[in-house]
Formats: sequence, C-alpha cells, structure tokens
Amino acid sequence: MKLASIYLALSLAFAALAGFAIAQDADISTLRPTAPTEDEMPPPMRPFQDILVQEPRNYPEQPPLIPHDIEGYEVSANYNKCLSCHARAATGRSQAPMVSVTHYIDRSGQVLAAVSPRRYFCTQCHVAQHDVEPTVANTFIDIDTLLTMPEE
Amino acid sequence: MWSLIKKIWAAMRRPSVHFSLGFLTLGGFLCGILFWGGFNTALEMTNTQEFCTGCHEMRDNVYADLQATVHFTNASGVRAKCSDCHVPHEWTNKIARKIAASKEVYGWLFGTIDTREEFEEHRLAMAQREWARFEANDSLECRNCHSEEAMDFSQQSPRAVDAHERLLGTGEATCIDCHKGIAHTLPEMPPETAMLHGLPATGGSADANAIYGYIGSIALHRD
Repeated sequence: MKLASIYLALSLAFAALAGFAIAQDADISTLRPTAPTEDEMPPPMRPFQDILVQEPRNYPEQPPLIPHDIEGYEVSANYNKCLSCHARAATGRSQAPMVSVTHYIDRSGQVLAAVSPRRYFCTQCHVAQHDVEPTVANTFIDIDTLLTMPEE
Repeated sequence: MWSLIKKIWAAMRRPSVHFSLGFLTLGGFLCGILFWGGFNTALEMTNTQEFCTGCHEMRDNVYADLQATVHFTNASGVRAKCSDCHVPHEWTNKIARKIAASKEVYGWLFGTIDTREEFEEHRLAMAQREWARFEANDSLECRNCHSEEAMDFSQQSPRAVDAHERLLGTGEATCIDCHKGIAHTLPEMPPETAMLHGLPATGGSADANAIYGYIGSIALHRD
C-alpha cells in the first residue's frame, strides 16, 4: 500500500515534469511569436541608460559595463570614438576612467604606447545597458552570496 | 578703347531723351528687386539637399555617412541638411563661402573625386579644412541651432553636463573640439595628425601601421 502510493507520487512527479518540459517548449517558442519566415514588428528600441554610477561587476573578470549612451560611436580601422575619452592621454580632459593597462599589453606581454590591436574593438566585451526586462530568466548568483549560502 | 570708354561715359552723363524720370527710377527699382530676388533664389537653390546630393561623389560618400547619424534622423524630427553646417547662414560670409566653393566646381569638372578610393585619398585634407573653419569661427554653424544659452543642462546626461560646464562654458573648447565625426565617419589619420587635432592616436591607418608596426603598437620597454 505504502509502496503503491510512492509509485503513484513518482509517476505524478514525472508527468508533472514532462508537462513542465512541454510548457517550457511553448515558452521558448514565444520568444519569437511569429514564424521565422513571417515579418514581425520588432519591439521599439529602448534608449540607452545614461547614469553617473558604475554598476558593480558580477565577477572579478567581468568587463565593466558602459554606463552611458554610445549611439553612433565610430569604432573602425580609422578611428575609435571610445578612446577619444578613455585613452590614457585623453583622460585629463574627459575625466573618464582610463582603459585598463591590460589593454595596452600585447600577447607577448609587452606594454605598448597605444591600445593593443587585440583589445581595440571595445564593444566586443563592454556593453551599454538598456532599461528593459530580461527576455530570458537568469539564475546567476554572485560568488559572495554563493559562499555564504547555508549548505543544503 | 579709351574713346569707347569716353563715349559710354558721355552717354551715361546725358539726360534721358525718350524715357521719363519716373519710368527710369521705377523701372530701375523693379529690375533691382527682380535681380536681387533672382540672385538670392538661385543662391538658395545651391543650398538645397537635392543640389548637394545631385552628384555621386556627395551622394555616395558624405551623404551616405550623414544618413546614419543623429543629424539625419532623431526623436524630434529636425533634420540638418548639408548647407546648415557647411555654409554660413549670415549673408556676407555665405557669399564668401560660395565664392570659395567655386573651387569645388573645378573638382567636379575634372573628376577629382570620382571613385571611393579618390574620396578616401582626399578625405583627411577636406576634413581638416572643415575642422579649421569651425575652430576659427568658434563652431558658428553648430551654434546656429545649438545655442549654449538655450541648453538646459538639467536635461542633459551627467557626463554631458560636466563636459559642457567645464570645457564649453569656460571657453576652453569649442563644439568641434570634442564632436568631430558627429555627422560623418572620420578619415584615416596618421597618429601625429590625430594628436594635432586633439584626437587620440588610435587608428589602424596605413600610416599608423608604418610608424608603429601595427595599430599603435610600440613597445615602451623590452626585457
């Protein structure tokens, strides 16, 4: 009798899990509400966040976020608009944080006079922020929070 | 030749025989209006977007650049056309600029900028000419629309407020000093040219490559 009820509970749990998986499938399909072949109205673009405070990093190696508008900033072979404020020589006038010294080091460990080519394209790692609800949920936990969490 | 000039002078000095004074003064007045109006209308026509982008060298290069910028599409729907920034609005300076622009007609006639490559070749010189003009007139063409008195700093982003108060307000810098490349992409610049214009030596230009080996890469010290 007891065993039977456990079986029942387990099978119910599996059914629920399967149902959940199907429901999740349905959720995923809603990320793009129309078929890929159909034209859809994209949601309106939100303006860039432009704030004076710097978001803390979620982990030490995280490239810091860009706290300001970067609309129309040119980063090309000819010119790098970001560096017009963040380059070492420009920070006096701009009072912007200098591009970290790691960006001036080439792959053989030499410190260069200007930003190393491998670190030239800023938005490869650094991103500006929009004030929007995340489309996909995120379960990331900060390492300090994780370490102080009670063991289960 | 001298006798001809004398003849014309004599004719000019002689009072009119056939036409009344009223006809001559009123006629002169009307013709003056027609000429002046016609002249300014023709001048204004050379200030239109259609005129500027009528040739492929403008349409395919600088106009294509402009279309991606905030001066072409923006929230308030105010558009700056070519002449708003590149031709002074005040009459005397406008005429001076138009006379200087006759050189551009030569360039067009002889096909100085026929291809994209030729455009890239001349781009730095052209950009420097415009930067120098803006620096000399304290960014007058910017200020035709963007007046410092009309700027509400409380509505600007915090960084903009700081820069405008610290640099623009004190007269340490003029608009173009920080806003180069606001309406067009920037030219390929050798590092020393960039620094001359207050821009960081960042580019991956061929000249930079020649000087630095590759993009700005010169080792400060060696083991």
